[in-house]
Amino acid sequence: MAVTTPTAPQSGRHPVAPRRIGGGFLDPKMLWTSLPDALKKLDPRVQLRNPVMFVVEIGSLLTTYSALAHPSIFAWTITGWLWLTVVFANLAEAVAQGRGKAQAATLRKTRTQTVARRLTSWAPGSAGSETEIAATELKLGDHVVVEAGQIIPGDGDVVEGVASVDESAITGESAPVIRESGGDRSAVTGGTRVLSDRIVVRVTTRPGETFIDRMIALVEGAARQKTPNEIALNILLASLTIVFLLAVVTLQPLAFYSDAPQSLVILVALVVALIPTTIGALLSAIGIAGMDRLVQRNVLAMSGRAVEAAGDVNTLLLDKTGTITLGNRRASEFVPVPGVEIAALADAAQLSSLADETPEGRSIVVLAKEEYRLRGRELHDATFVEFTARTRMSGVDLSDGTVIRKGAATAVMKWVREHGGHPTEQVGQVVDAISASGGTPLVVAQVRSGQAQVLGVIHLKDIVKDGIKERFAELREMGIKTVMITGDNPLTAKAIADEAGVDDFLAEAGPEDKMALIKKEQEGGKLVAMTGDGTNDAPALAQADVGVAMNTGTSAAKEAGNMVDLDSNPTKLIEIVQIGKQLLITRGALTTFSIANDVAKYFAMVPAMFAGVFPGLGKLNILHLHSPASAITSAIIFNALIIIALIPLALRGVRYTPSSASALLRRNLWIYGFGGLVIPFAGIKLLDLVIQYLPGMGH
Amino acid sequence: MSVAIAGWLQAGLLVLALAISYRPLGDYLAHILTSPKHWRIEKFLYRLIGVDSEADQTWSVYIRSVLAISVVGVLLLYSILRVQDHLMLALGMPGMRANLAYNTASSFVTNTNWQNYSGENTLGYTAQFAGLAVQNFISAAVGICVAATLIRGFVRRQSDRVGNFWVDLMRLNLRLLLPFSFVLAIVLVASGVVQSLADPHTVTTVTGGHQTLYTGATASQEAIKELGTNGGGIFNANSSHPFENPNAWTDWLEIYLLLVIGFSLPRTFGRMVGSQKQGYAIVSVMALLWAGSTAINTWLEARGWGAAARLAGGAMEGKEVRFGIPASSLFATSTTLTSTGAVNSTHDSYTPLGGGMALFNILLGEVAPGGTGSGLYGMLILAIVTVFVAGLMVGRTPEYLGKKIRPAEMKYAALYILATPAVVLTFTGIAMAAPSARSSMNNTGPHGLTEVLYAFGSMGNNNGSAFAGLNGDTQFWNLTGGLAMTLGRFLPMIFVGALAGSLAKQKQTPASAGTLATHKPLFVGMLLGVTLIVVGLTYFPALALGPLAEGLS
Amino acid sequence: MNRLPAPILRHLAALRALLVLTVICGIAYPLLVTGIAQAAFKDKADGSLIKDAKGQSVGSALLCQEFVDAKGNPLPQYFQPRPSNAILAGSTNDHGCDPAQSGGSNLGTNSDKLKQQVADRQKTMAAFDSVPGHSVTPGQVAVDAVTASASGLDPDISPLNAAQQEHRIAATRGITAAQVEALVKANTGGRDLGLLGESGVNVLQLNLALDAQYPYTGKYR
Repeated sequence: MAVTTPTAPQSGRHPVAPRRIGGGFLDPKMLWTSLPDALKKLDPRVQLRNPVMFVVEIGSLLTTYSALAHPSIFAWTITGWLWLTVVFANLAEAVAQGRGKAQAATLRKTRTQTVARRLTSWAPGSAGSETEIAATELKLGDHVVVEAGQIIPGDGDVVEGVASVDESAITGESAPVIRESGGDRSAVTGGTRVLSDRIVVRVTTRPGETFIDRMIALVEGAARQKTPNEIALNILLASLTIVFLLAVVTLQPLAFYSDAPQSLVILVALVVALIPTTIGALLSAIGIAGMDRLVQRNVLAMSGRAVEAAGDVNTLLLDKTGTITLGNRRASEFVPVPGVEIAALADAAQLSSLADETPEGRSIVVLAKEEYRLRGRELHDATFVEFTARTRMSGVDLSDGTVIRKGAATAVMKWVREHGGHPTEQVGQVVDAISASGGTPLVVAQVRSGQAQVLGVIHLKDIVKDGIKERFAELREMGIKTVMITGDNPLTAKAIADEAGVDDFLAEAGPEDKMALIKKEQEGGKLVAMTGDGTNDAPALAQADVGVAMNTGTSAAKEAGNMVDLDSNPTKLIEIVQIGKQLLITRGALTTFSIANDVAKYFAMVPAMFAGVFPGLGKLNILHLHSPASAITSAIIFNALIIIALIPLALRGVRYTPSSASALLRRNLWIYGFGGLVIPFAGIKLLDLVIQYLPGMGH
Repeated sequence: MSVAIAGWLQAGLLVLALAISYRPLGDYLAHILTSPKHWRIEKFLYRLIGVDSEADQTWSVYIRSVLAISVVGVLLLYSILRVQDHLMLALGMPGMRANLAYNTASSFVTNTNWQNYSGENTLGYTAQFAGLAVQNFISAAVGICVAATLIRGFVRRQSDRVGNFWVDLMRLNLRLLLPFSFVLAIVLVASGVVQSLADPHTVTTVTGGHQTLYTGATASQEAIKELGTNGGGIFNANSSHPFENPNAWTDWLEIYLLLVIGFSLPRTFGRMVGSQKQGYAIVSVMALLWAGSTAINTWLEARGWGAAARLAGGAMEGKEVRFGIPASSLFATSTTLTSTGAVNSTHDSYTPLGGGMALFNILLGEVAPGGTGSGLYGMLILAIVTVFVAGLMVGRTPEYLGKKIRPAEMKYAALYILATPAVVLTFTGIAMAAPSARSSMNNTGPHGLTEVLYAFGSMGNNNGSAFAGLNGDTQFWNLTGGLAMTLGRFLPMIFVGALAGSLAKQKQTPASAGTLATHKPLFVGMLLGVTLIVVGLTYFPALALGPLAEGLS
Repeated sequence: MNRLPAPILRHLAALRALLVLTVICGIAYPLLVTGIAQAAFKDKADGSLIKDAKGQSVGSALLCQEFVDAKGNPLPQYFQPRPSNAILAGSTNDHGCDPAQSGGSNLGTNSDKLKQQVADRQKTMAAFDSVPGHSVTPGQVAVDAVTASASGLDPDISPLNAAQQEHRIAATRGITAAQVEALVKANTGGRDLGLLGESGVNVLQLNLALDAQYPYTGKYR
């Protein structure tokens, strides 16, 4: 086996995401292209899912019947606009789904007609025999071989080889990524393309259930289920609809008694104006668009429930590495113990790290090369010892009998003692000094010619990301506690935690510790979000309320979490939380707006209906609308147009800047509550100024 | 002192008295509802009744117990009214007709106390004190019991138990209603309210006429009638009758009594959920609604709009000289905002918009401060709806006092919000469509419509006051009214119970900076707005054809 | 164990609880209050009755009574109470202030019937209260003299109403208006505690005081 000197570790590929959460903007053309879909949704069976719009549709049918029986310009105008109200609502949903469909179409292209080269009876070390079958015929546990230029036929784990893979089909990122057997970067996704080398992949997902399939279903909105908050809101809207329906139905006997019976058209118009059509029409579009916003950020949520839960999160468990600190720790210094040449230490450190594929290992090789001109070399007849959680050391056994080990201070010193060496006090002092400064000490030791000795310490340093401290302050204001998870010792962890400004940290954290922390938080009624990639993260990902698996991670992790980040950027958890919140805020804001609108509609419609019999009610016509017909028509047209006007908002989501609950409520109440009271007064008056000149709108 | 200044002062004195009692009474109520210790007499009574005082009930058993005592309550009261001529002190009054007895029994058991009969010439003394007044105690306690389940729903964690109805019922009666009523009854007698079981005796007046004076156990019933927000008086004229309410002092005291439990329960709530601020927020909304409504009503009556009032020079038709307009408006507002329904003036003769305010108060759902217990749970339901909308607007699954408002909770809250308007609007619609029902109107035009809307508004919301010109003692009104009162009382209670059960099962989410603060002025304002807008939107068309059509012309 | 089903047990418990509470709250409580009331506040508990010189009750200080002749016409020598709707329905000799028929008109302020009543009362009272040297126009008649109370048993009239009747009383009794006014003042009650309610004049007590101090010598029956 040959080992090549790796390139410098990646760093800073994922800058901290922008502060404001935006969304896709509405392309006006989409309104037009979605129209056929909108018309298809007029099917009452489709409408039945949305009680508010179902009532509008039934009302439209009634007015149509009434307009046919007693035709008048007024009746037909109202009827027309009622139908438009339903169409506009459908349009909102269709546009939201349409955006997903475009993405789905792109994804589908990758899926068509992939040929799989199945290896039968493959086993480690034995090549097996190859047959070509269609990708759709693959079964769980099949092994396939993929070579440069070929498309990976299904989701799976690399079991042999290493390759660079172009995952742009799903992530949109053109830079290739490395996928290799073993470790936490073994997962490959069907539909992505191998650029170099050859890998053998064990298929872990049935055809039709692959990642891309799920992604397609998700962006198309086909798999969309109503989330708990959406259901609760629907219940509220349905009950308001029933109340207003009752209020209007029972109004007719009262109107008869008052010698002011109302026509069916007017009664239907009143119901439609009162029931919360604005939010009713946009509710499903808001939900679809919320998922869509996640997809645009390359996050795949397995359910809307998870997105909502993200908005509710109380505690964020953030892996130090990659989230809080830049990339990985880097070797920054070699500190030899007295009596050891620094070059000797650098040499031993490099030798022990040549086969160490971890970023830290690579950075040691690089540091040695850059500072001490030590070239990477190929070693023959050397045995590399991998790092394990048990030994907490890695190293190399050279052919001349020299054994080099590097690792955690306690582990390495114990090893030295076991081999008859006596670590000096200075080692401990150096280790403590590095720890205290927030760095990680790696002790390097060797046994050469039966002599065990500590050579020195490698100083591994974490670099905290720019701007991360401010982000944590924002989260704190939003009421979210951040907990840094790290395998470091408490001293190191504390130094970094302080520097990054996290609320708490979990040091020397193993998978069980993470799990215990999550359970503890949840017992206190808190919702916990975390990211993870390794197989040993899987239980914690499953336990967390929001578990975001990295796309680079293992299949087990991706199965356990309820979201997958295709960019594998742990910082995105913060964005996911914000998108979850924005989704809820958009619903709440439009509900408030919708209900507040009713006040103005009443002032337009009730005087129009009854001022003829009770002139005193004319005093309520504070807008001085032209005539009863124009007043009612204006209210209904406003009611329909406001839906169209708010589609962009529904798709984009209301503006959300992280701040405290009180600040958010004050702002949204002001804009959507007070705005909802005032805007329709202005809108209805303006419409009335125009339509009073239309025929049939006179006194 | 001018009428206006005196009016403000007596309202101010009332606010002061209520503010003083807020803490001690609220804390005492919390103690009653949470103390693990039983009185010896209580233990004896539990054995007598045959209930396990240590059992903690699920919401469904609790509410079934509420329904059980209500069902037997209706049956017993119905029987007493039917056969009252065979009881002692019957004064020669015959048994009540069946449909009137049904209406009256439902009315008193549901804490409504709508009266389609005239007390002094329908009922003997025994039927009044051993029949009707008993339900004044029980129905008042039941309201607090149901409110207690909801509070416990917020307090308890991962539990399916909401308390023991029998313990709550007995304690509220023995520790609160009975002793307080007793003291207050004596105060009322000392202030001139009658209390005599002697046969009505006839006096010869100065000019040789004859008056037959009916007395009865008036002071003892008056005390619980106000304290328990019942409102069913001994006399037809209710609290305008000088024997029930002889002077402005007793009048003020009665207003205080009918408000005091309702206004103190938020303290109980705050104490039990462990945050006095939450109680202050709720009581603030109640107080703002009450103060605003009082001010508007007083202003409208003092202005005296309306033809007859203009002609006479003031809106004194249906008001007593000893109270004048401010004390009448104060009573009218307080009684309609508390589900009491006692009256010291005839609301039917109020100015159109003044009477409309009384009607609007009732339609608010009896939440400011509302009936004993029912006002608190009504306001808490509105708070839940407000929390839901506001909670979404801060980007979290809405939660109130650490309990999430999920679909299950929303379902029960929505059903609660829906139940009463459905009852009120449906029955009003039916009545306005039925000629036989319309013929009961005392007034024509929009005012007649207001009488009908007021009637079902009052019965559906368990208020019990009336635009009393309406002749309610007909088969239609007795039967539909009984039904409206029953549905208007127990449907909401069932939903509150279910909600309590659902909340109790939840864990408690700790508050953070991201949690909607439900004790701040912003939330108080929003809750106020939601209450007004939800009710306003529901009833605006009907109100437009009644009080608004009459009052704006 | 032969236990009854839970719903039946529950209703039996409810019935027992109801009976227990009936005994406590429905019987013991009112009887106890009655006993104390009768022992300590007998006058008030019995209805604040007013006795004449012979010890006969002539009415309650809390209730109005009609000062009319056998035909139901108001007697000019007495202060007249407010209009009353406490009348036995359909009765011809019940003119109001009937304690067995408490209640108000319940007419809305825009009711034609009420408007007519007010106008009629204004005319009647203006004519009734106008005496030579002192005329009252319909528009001057006090508001409480033309509107009926809620109970129909309002014992009071407003000081304004009393003042308006003073001249008629003085003329019929042959005394000066000032003498009547002094008596009215003596019988005017202020606001309770100085701020509760409104001040009023108790008609029965005022008329009794009149009869005692300035007996009417004319015939009225």
